[in-house]
Amino acid sequence: MNFREYLLLLLAMGAVTYIPRWLPLFALSQRKLPQWLIDWLGLIPVALLSALVAPTLFAAGEPRSLSFARPELLVAVPTFLFALKTRSLGGTALVGMLLYWLAGKYL
Amino acid sequence: MNAHPEKTNHSKGQKLREGLCAAWPICLGYFPIGLALGVLGQKAGLGPLQIGLMSVLVFAGSAQFIAVAMIAAGSSFGAIVTTTFVVNFRHFLMSSAMAVYLARVHRGFLSLFAYGITDESFAVNMTRFRQGDWDRWRALVVNHAANLTWVFATVTGALVGAFIPPGAFGIDYALVAMFLCLLVFQLQGRIYILTALIAGVFSVTWYLWVPGDSYVVVASVAAATVGYLLRRRRRGSKA
Repeated sequence: MNFREYLLLLLAMGAVTYIPRWLPLFALSQRKLPQWLIDWLGLIPVALLSALVAPTLFAAGEPRSLSFARPELLVAVPTFLFALKTRSLGGTALVGMLLYWLAGKYL
Repeated sequence: MNAHPEKTNHSKGQKLREGLCAAWPICLGYFPIGLALGVLGQKAGLGPLQIGLMSVLVFAGSAQFIAVAMIAAGSSFGAIVTTTFVVNFRHFLMSSAMAVYLARVHRGFLSLFAYGITDESFAVNMTRFRQGDWDRWRALVVNHAANLTWVFATVTGALVGAFIPPGAFGIDYALVAMFLCLLVFQLQGRIYILTALIAGVFSVTWYLWVPGDSYVVVASVAAATVGYLLRRRRRGSKA
């Protein structure tokens, strides 16, 4: 692939990434949304976060399989408790890293 | 430290600082991932310029990893673009949920803001918007600080990443830990906890049975819908 083709590929990838990020904001922010939609959208963040992180904790990749003994899950328990107790985003990131690093060394 | 916090609370400098304070865990998490992407890109024959351009024009972590792998494997233009679209479609939901907090903001701002909607910036900004101590300028700082870190990290990876040992200091776990904490912030009542549990079970199940990345969108739409219906039924029975 030459540079021109590569640039075209990036522009196309950029367009299909940008448009879904842009269209709802552009279309929805200028009108009054019905209450049911606001209520439903209010549950989207918690659902998205859980859906994003759950497979990392409970499943191994390639080949995909269920697992309840991964270091990711083991470390997640104290990390989650730390977050619950301190409610500190940066602190939780650092504690999670430290525990994961220790788990990699000693487990 | 400023002597008149009540007066300067809304100054531009203050907003910039607060935005950066909120963004640093994201930046911390992006750095190793960006480095890794740069290294992979280099192995796939993409130089620092090509990688940097991709990060600027696309700005999407997992989609970029997949694209680099597909480029290395010689996949077709159409396949790479379609995959990118599917992988990034979850941002459609995030953008919809953000719209509630950016009502009646002018469209030039929204177009600039939309560029920086990622899983991480979305989660941080939504949490802060919900807490009520946030505005669109601080949110924009979060988006673009994350973007700059990402571009810088991926280019650095393409230049020097081969010398950095993988998994150093558990930094690979930074984003997972951050998501866990953001999830904690979102658990503001029984219906939220229930929705999170449903989303987790749906997501893992779909992840195991259906190849690809559709699990995020499918599980979150399904769980939010179930959660919404449960809440409506409970309210209905009370009334």
